[in-house]
Amino acid sequence: MSPVSSGSPVPAVSTAAAGPQPAAPVTLAKALNTGLRRAMERDPKVLLMGEDIGKLGGVFRVTDGLQKDFGEARVIDSPLAESGIIGAAVGLALRGYRPVCEIQFDGFVFPAFDQITTQVAKLYARSLGTVRMPIVIRIPYGGGIGAVEHHSESPEALFAHTAGLRVIACSNPVDGYWMIQQAIESDDPVVFFEPKRRYWDKALLDESAAPTHRFDQAVVVRSGTDLTLAAHGPMVRTCLDAARAAEEEGRSLEVIDLRTISPLDVDTVAASVQRTGRLVVVHEAPVFFGLGAELAAQVTERCFYRLEAPVGRVGGFHTPYPPSRIEETYLPDLDRVLDAVDRAFDH
Amino acid sequence: MTTRTPARSRRAAQAPAAEAGPPADELPLIQLLTPEGERIPHPDYPLDLDPEQTRALYRDLVLVRRVDTEGTALQRQGELGLWASLLGQEAAQVGSGRAMRPGDFAFPTYREHGVAWTRAVPPINLLGLFRGVNHGGWDPNEKNFGLYTIVIGSQTLHAVGYAMGIQRDGADDAVIAYFGDGASSQGDVNEAFVFAASYNAPVVFFCQNNQWAISEPTERQSRVPLYRRASGFGFPGLRVDGNDVFACLAVTRAALDRARTGNGPTLIEAYTYRMGAHTTSDDPTRYRGNDEVELWRTRDPIARLRAHLVREGLADDEYFAGIEAEADALAADVRAACLALPDPHPLSMFDYAYSEPHAQVTAERAELAAYLEGFEDEEAAR
Repeated sequence: MSPVSSGSPVPAVSTAAAGPQPAAPVTLAKALNTGLRRAMERDPKVLLMGEDIGKLGGVFRVTDGLQKDFGEARVIDSPLAESGIIGAAVGLALRGYRPVCEIQFDGFVFPAFDQITTQVAKLYARSLGTVRMPIVIRIPYGGGIGAVEHHSESPEALFAHTAGLRVIACSNPVDGYWMIQQAIESDDPVVFFEPKRRYWDKALLDESAAPTHRFDQAVVVRSGTDLTLAAHGPMVRTCLDAARAAEEEGRSLEVIDLRTISPLDVDTVAASVQRTGRLVVVHEAPVFFGLGAELAAQVTERCFYRLEAPVGRVGGFHTPYPPSRIEETYLPDLDRVLDAVDRAFDH
Repeated sequence: MTTRTPARSRRAAQAPAAEAGPPADELPLIQLLTPEGERIPHPDYPLDLDPEQTRALYRDLVLVRRVDTEGTALQRQGELGLWASLLGQEAAQVGSGRAMRPGDFAFPTYREHGVAWTRAVPPINLLGLFRGVNHGGWDPNEKNFGLYTIVIGSQTLHAVGYAMGIQRDGADDAVIAYFGDGASSQGDVNEAFVFAASYNAPVVFFCQNNQWAISEPTERQSRVPLYRRASGFGFPGLRVDGNDVFACLAVTRAALDRARTGNGPTLIEAYTYRMGAHTTSDDPTRYRGNDEVELWRTRDPIARLRAHLVREGLADDEYFAGIEAEADALAADVRAACLALPDPHPLSMFDYAYSEPHAQVTAERAELAAYLEGFEDEEAAR
């Protein structure tokens, strides 16, 4: 742990010590790259491991240039074995390292699912708190890039269902930059979802500004009065687009970037629903047994008498992820979100 | 070994002789002590033990077996929910365990009670998970002894990762990954072999081939002797007499030294036998015959070292009686400590889910605490 986060229940990442740099628009991929670089500069125990992350810089270039600057001992090209990556990370963590593992695509995490759920998630409890597992598992997730099978999935609920793991998702370059550093500073294992279709979205990143939120907090990214949209990762932009469209129809939608899936920041969502009286949850993952179901249940418990309509859910279907030529029908888009908004108002 | 004539002839027809290796039934068993207790030299594995060191190994074997017997008894009496006996595997565990230096690290399965003993882990620590008061609960870094791992083979990858950490620290420590013949089929074990070979990690894979994975014989896991698996991954594999504590000590020490000097991993197949059931829940009479058990009884690891001590005049009846008495006293201590293990408080299940506050856990803990307090109020009102 870096000195800046000691004593704080949730790590607060320090601002860059390198001095103020002019804010410049960067992509999410580059912001994550810079965040990883800062974490490695700050703590020599941080190391990266994954497939093709060295010379190639990762298939999405998130680790571009890091092996050149930090060496092969800290940026480790691994054999093509996901369970091996995570299992080895457990041993490295026991030896005092802070491994950041890259799973190349969402659908490739399953060979490692055993190590993640039976070992990474449970060793802190198994040891009665004597060992910690400061492992970050980065997973590019979600669809919309026209990919082949196993390259477009959203398995966040599978990990959120496992106690011992923190599950977070960034939606934009600024959050990506800070949240990856906060995840690395956490002594708990963190499954870190990166919205692959937003890797090339740009935003101004001012490294000298402090992060505004902890990584276990949701953020209201657009204020509104009539209905709350809650989403994470790739769907945040979709919800913001929907809110702008709804505004033209005279409806004021509040948009929450959930950012954290485990824990779920129900406080922020419930406070919003107390204002708006309506909630629609949006994610790419199947609706069935998904995050929306959990959020609907918890918000209903807290806001039962304030709700003007049942909590709406927009998401993927209970089918294998479809071939890319029809994925746009599977994925929530502006129209499907607005359709759910209409239903909430019509109730 | 089974003789599968069609399979062997197919292999002979397909593989060039140079790559075929020794036939499956040719056992280059490394042995330094015969079942009759005769010390035999081995050109590659010299072992120079003074009488005191030899007696210390005997003491280890006897105490470890006695603690194990007590574990089985405690289960039969309802004090443990389960016990996984190491009966018959004492030499493999004590020999390999005593080969380690203090800075080395052992990653066990759930049966390595003998290795735990050599790492000075108090035996009572091992009983918590079998009694159901915790899932292990010891600090692996205190004695460099990992937590018991129940998912078969998972710990072999942890061992390799730890060894990769040693490399990055520039240390000369080494790691032992313990696993069994059944685990050799697991993907994780094979991935551990790949990673260890690829990074030349300072790790020794110590496979106790006790011939049975619950009810499945080793032949169900492999068509070749397990030690030969290593060659395909690019590192040496050896088969040692797992009931010979001298051989297990010498071979493991050599493999650890090889690892710590930058020469990479070794697979050691300790050829031994699970004399008891898989666990106290198992009934081995359903799947194996008594003849086999009786054959292995003649190879008993403790009897052969005792025969050696007698033959060489290194110990007398008084010594043996003293060790037995010490073993009984240790077992009594373990029993007393087991019975004194308190049940954890129900709310403790929330304590170690996360190391940093997690809103869901905090809320659920408060909810359950309030619910349980309601019962206390009812009790008080009566």
